[in-house]
Amino acid sequence: MKLKNYLSIIVVVALLAILPMMLQSNVVLNFLIYILIVTLGAQGWNLLGGMAGQNSFGHAAFFGAGAYAISMWQINLGLSAWSGFVVAIAVGALVGWIVRFLSFRAGLRGSYFALVTLAFAEVLRVLANSAQFTGGASGRLLPIETGVQHLQFADRTYFYWFALAMVAIGLVIVRWISLTRFGAHMIAVRENEDAARALGIDVLRTKLRAITISAAMTAVSGCLYVQYFLYIDPTLVFGPKISIEVLLASMVGGLGTVFGPLVGTTALHVLGEAAKLFAGEIPGIDLAVYGCVLIAAICFLPRGLLSLWPTRSASKKAQQPAVETQP
Amino acid sequence: MYSMSIVVEAILTGMLTGSVYALVALGLTLVYGVLHIINFSHGAMLAAAMFAVLMLNQVFGLDPYVQIPILVPVLFVAGYAIQRFIIGPGSHGKDENILMITLGISIVIENVLLAIFRSDIRSINTDYSFNVFEVGPFIFSQARVFGLIGSVVTAVVLWIFLARSDTGKAIRAVSKEKLGASLVGINVNHVYATTFGIGFACLAIAACLLLPTFYVNPSIGGTFVLVAFTVVVLGGMGSIVGAMMGGLIIGVVESLSGLFLGESLGQIGIFLTFIAVLLFRPAGLFGAKA
Repeated sequence: MKLKNYLSIIVVVALLAILPMMLQSNVVLNFLIYILIVTLGAQGWNLLGGMAGQNSFGHAAFFGAGAYAISMWQINLGLSAWSGFVVAIAVGALVGWIVRFLSFRAGLRGSYFALVTLAFAEVLRVLANSAQFTGGASGRLLPIETGVQHLQFADRTYFYWFALAMVAIGLVIVRWISLTRFGAHMIAVRENEDAARALGIDVLRTKLRAITISAAMTAVSGCLYVQYFLYIDPTLVFGPKISIEVLLASMVGGLGTVFGPLVGTTALHVLGEAAKLFAGEIPGIDLAVYGCVLIAAICFLPRGLLSLWPTRSASKKAQQPAVETQP
Repeated sequence: MYSMSIVVEAILTGMLTGSVYALVALGLTLVYGVLHIINFSHGAMLAAAMFAVLMLNQVFGLDPYVQIPILVPVLFVAGYAIQRFIIGPGSHGKDENILMITLGISIVIENVLLAIFRSDIRSINTDYSFNVFEVGPFIFSQARVFGLIGSVVTAVVLWIFLARSDTGKAIRAVSKEKLGASLVGINVNHVYATTFGIGFACLAIAACLLLPTFYVNPSIGGTFVLVAFTVVVLGGMGSIVGAMMGGLIIGVVESLSGLFLGESLGQIGIFLTFIAVLLFRPAGLFGAKA
């Protein structure tokens, strides 16, 4: 682990860490926390969709699995939030593994895989909607118990730092993976599955590992969501909105890049808020803007916002493992 | 257990509903067969068409069935333009990009509808909405029977169009061999856009047939899109006969799982069928090897 590979992450995280000290407004802090939560989910999506090239339309399945695991652990079993956190990661990873195992065994690729993930998220939503212990469609409230041991903080700033720490871990993991052999395997699978297999890469194993890590990261973001808002219902965590947000953030920010999800989420949410400010509180206006941004990004900026970064030299670009090759 | 006649009636009602699913799936499967892309905006466009029917009905008092000749050309042009000017140039020739652009289009359509109409559930009350045909011990909603007839007629017309007309032959040529088709002078981009337009035109008919009995709200597309994909995957991607049969089967699956599992779990039958088909028979029942 060479420090210089992680220098940019340290700088960005340090800058983000001192940000709340310059803020007075709780609204802005709230906004930033939500961005961090979505960023983490998007990092999970980006690992699978950007690096391994497996587009998922149903990452809400993992987000919701993590969120439901941690809340049911506390509400129904009365156990602590921290152990629930660990359980939620395991549950998220397990759901990811199952989805992938089933779909890869059947050889599903591309659009078929995207659709089957969407169907899994919908199945989980319908199940959570009709089961008793999940509280059904009306959802459940988490008991309010502030304190570090309950993973709830009276001061939002602490939660911000906690979420930031999770995002930082995510950034380090993604950077680290991109430098390992496994990272190279994922990119090989993304670029050409058959060629990767011919080179002796175990494609199924690579995809399984990718989705397991990806699902675990997205499950953590589900945990953060529930611990912050202290409320859960099926449409909120299993609905299509989360799946779309994490996918969009990665696509807009820069597919397969380390900072893409962070940049993309921030850009989208700033735009969404601007649209709300401009057009008033019309429901759906922020998502309509996101959709336009997605189309525009694919048409005009296929490598995402990060490809606009001016200081990157051409040789450095070639080293970046995740840069898309133009056809 | 339910008595036999209730189960039989559920099956028949399911087939009536399924025929409209088949019609929605028809457009999807046609586009897939030719462009080899999954058009994710299909459901959202159906929602838009249904709102158009609703508005024309409320503002001008037009009966949904009368609107078919008005909406079919409108949606054809919309589909043609979307493929020709947004999806075609924007995709840079990559399939993943096409999928993502259609996803983007569906997000935009759905949320613009939400912004205009809000999330209220609306429906049309025609004087025949609640009329029924009584056949022996069974009761059928008239509007749903008209839906079945409309779907079958559309499928047959489409079949003849693809088999006989020059445009239909060009579409089939492009779906078989894109490069070869362009070498004999077929404008591939034009054929792509025409196919997309026909796919959307099917939605116009579906919307007109649906509204006398169905409700509409901006997110209804999401419900239909997975159902339509299930139908297409079950019937085999690109197969018109497959789409019709798949639609009927899915209608029955939904109706029976609603009957046996209860209303809230009814939809799960469709999703589980979808996952099962994708896992065990991705080529579908009537499709060639995918």
